[in-house]
Amino acid sequence: MNIVRSLSLGIAAATALVVTASAGTLDDVKARGMLNCGSSGQLPGFSLPDAQGIWMGFDVDYCRAVAAAIFNDPTKVKFVALSSKDRFTALQSGDIDVLSRNTTWTSSRDTQLGLNFTAINYFDGQGFIVRKSIKVNSALELNDAAVCVQQGTTTELNLTDYFRANKMRVKVVAFATLDESLKAYDTGRCDSYTTDASQLYSVRLKLAKPDDHVVLPEIISKEPLGPLVRHGDDQWFDIIKWVHFALVNAEEFNITKANVDEQVKSDNPEIKRLLGTEGNYGEQLGLTKDWVVRIVKGVGNYGEVFDRNLGQGSPLKIARGINALWTKGGLQYAPPVR
Amino acid sequence: MAAGTDRPRDRFYNNSKVRSIVWQAVLIICVVGVAWLLARTTAENLARARIASGFGFWNVTAGFDISQTLIEYSASASTFGRAFWVGLLNTLLVAVIGIVGATVLGFLIGIARLSNNWLVARLSTAYVELVRNLPLLLQLLFWYNAVLKTLPDIRDSLHLPLGGFLNNRGLFLPAPVGEGVGVLVWAMLAGIAGAIAVLMMWRRRPHQVRLALAPVALLLPPVAAWFLYGEPTAVEYPELGRFNIRGGIEVLPEFVALTTGLIVYTSAFVAEVVRAGLTAVPKGQVEAAASLGLRRGAALRLIVVPQAMRVIIPPLTNQYLNLTKNSSLAVAIGYPDLVQVFAGTVLNITGQAVEIVIITMGVYLVISLMTSMAMNLYDARLAMTERR
Repeated sequence: MNIVRSLSLGIAAATALVVTASAGTLDDVKARGMLNCGSSGQLPGFSLPDAQGIWMGFDVDYCRAVAAAIFNDPTKVKFVALSSKDRFTALQSGDIDVLSRNTTWTSSRDTQLGLNFTAINYFDGQGFIVRKSIKVNSALELNDAAVCVQQGTTTELNLTDYFRANKMRVKVVAFATLDESLKAYDTGRCDSYTTDASQLYSVRLKLAKPDDHVVLPEIISKEPLGPLVRHGDDQWFDIIKWVHFALVNAEEFNITKANVDEQVKSDNPEIKRLLGTEGNYGEQLGLTKDWVVRIVKGVGNYGEVFDRNLGQGSPLKIARGINALWTKGGLQYAPPVR
Repeated sequence: MAAGTDRPRDRFYNNSKVRSIVWQAVLIICVVGVAWLLARTTAENLARARIASGFGFWNVTAGFDISQTLIEYSASASTFGRAFWVGLLNTLLVAVIGIVGATVLGFLIGIARLSNNWLVARLSTAYVELVRNLPLLLQLLFWYNAVLKTLPDIRDSLHLPLGGFLNNRGLFLPAPVGEGVGVLVWAMLAGIAGAIAVLMMWRRRPHQVRLALAPVALLLPPVAAWFLYGEPTAVEYPELGRFNIRGGIEVLPEFVALTTGLIVYTSAFVAEVVRAGLTAVPKGQVEAAASLGLRRGAALRLIVVPQAMRVIIPPLTNQYLNLTKNSSLAVAIGYPDLVQVFAGTVLNITGQAVEIVIITMGVYLVISLMTSMAMNLYDARLAMTERR
């Protein structure tokens, strides 16, 4: 009897607690003193903890840039390692504030998941890696091959589409995480491993003998990558989007980690607006006037972030290609701050 | 003087029966209320975040491939619903083979642990202690890598008799093809069911009769089907292509690793259950059998095991349920079971986590309840024969 009574009272109390309201994401992050950032944690160049457990990479630096803009401290980020399978659920449920995890922007993901893509920070495309020993020079020669792939990715769907379109047969072997699918390829379970081209360069370094493998020339899809936020908080959406634009604009005006203190004294009105010595554009976003100074001091500009993690300053040595600034023949273009 | 209505203990709200009913009603209202509140809050939040909901995705074309399909499936024509069935059948295949294998191996080891032979008893003890004290996921990864690493590359495939191949892409065997194959498979299943029925149902007949009739029941349907359909099958041999082997029956290394891992792991627990059951039979029963002149094997088969079964069945059911649920660890080694295909890829493409997770949980619940039901029926039968 007593058990039943105390149970009913307990449930009644729990019912009263269910009514919860959430403030804006920016206020939540400020109150917590920490940004919760979802990333892969398995992909060299994009996101991988180093020997000391400090997260490094292109996707990681985007979260650090956001933390720098809010707290003036790029280390105030808690990283959550997510597989491609779990990433959207983690963002939907509020476990993370932003998902910066080499995620392809597609129409259905933008409309059906309750999430918004903020901007394209890396223009990618899908490619194949094979062992040199099988003597294949083109993806079109892969008829009947077994291909390892990471599950729940656009890659998995593109792969099927590509083989179908070219009237070829394929044996798809899907794994939940990058490491498992890559290990299966390395042990000979598959003839080829497929993912975004940028990742192929980075995963090649994880193979037992990187020099025995070659990336095929075909790029079979458009993979625009960028960070995502939840629906329903436009201010937060704006902040993540403009952190990307700030990085690109900083590169365009040659504002670097090294010279940012000099550039603050610049007379150029565009630089003055960007660095907050004129106008209150940062405050309009809900940040401070010097938000871009904080970002650049924290992580550098877009070009620096790219070079350090993916480009010539990294083991990957990926060329800027279409990710160069629009002024240099690439696609990276940011709206002006004014 | 009986002015009872004035006394407090006679008022209806002081009646302990009435109070009990009221409290229970309050509890039920609270539970239903909380469930309703949760459902409504979820639906509202999904709608507010504009996350797609409902079951419309079921009939949408899937567009992804699955490496093992027991029923017809193609990326271009099949729906997410079809992918669900493919995944479910793959799960059931592993569960059934795993349960049979774990039972056989577990019984052997459980009996071996009680053996008078010192070496056999110690070896089986070592097996049990080693296997049940290591995490299952670790064991699955071990088996998967053991399978992949020890088998030769596809270009150095082992050639098996009758035109089969073995390599690190799997085991490839000749397959029967043709229109009659489906009929033949059903006929074989009918034969197996018939043989089990003969062995189980006709308990009162002498067991020589049952043993003689069982093979007849087993073989009659397939043989009849063979002749009725006029030898319907041809044989398709696997052929070595440029990259892969085409045709024939393909047994995936992921499947082998998963079933092996589950069988080995669960058999250790089954062995302990069996040992407990056998030890629970009073020693006097064995001695009585011996004094009647029964050999040790016959005493075990006729006297000890039937009595031990009553102790064994309930915990054995637990192990069966565990095995079925553990099969969802398939996701770690790339075997396309229900969780990998449906709660993995389908969830990721559609993004409808709530619906898909609820369906997946419901399926496991149904499988588990059905397993329990079957085992309870078997348990009840054992109890009844005891009373005769």
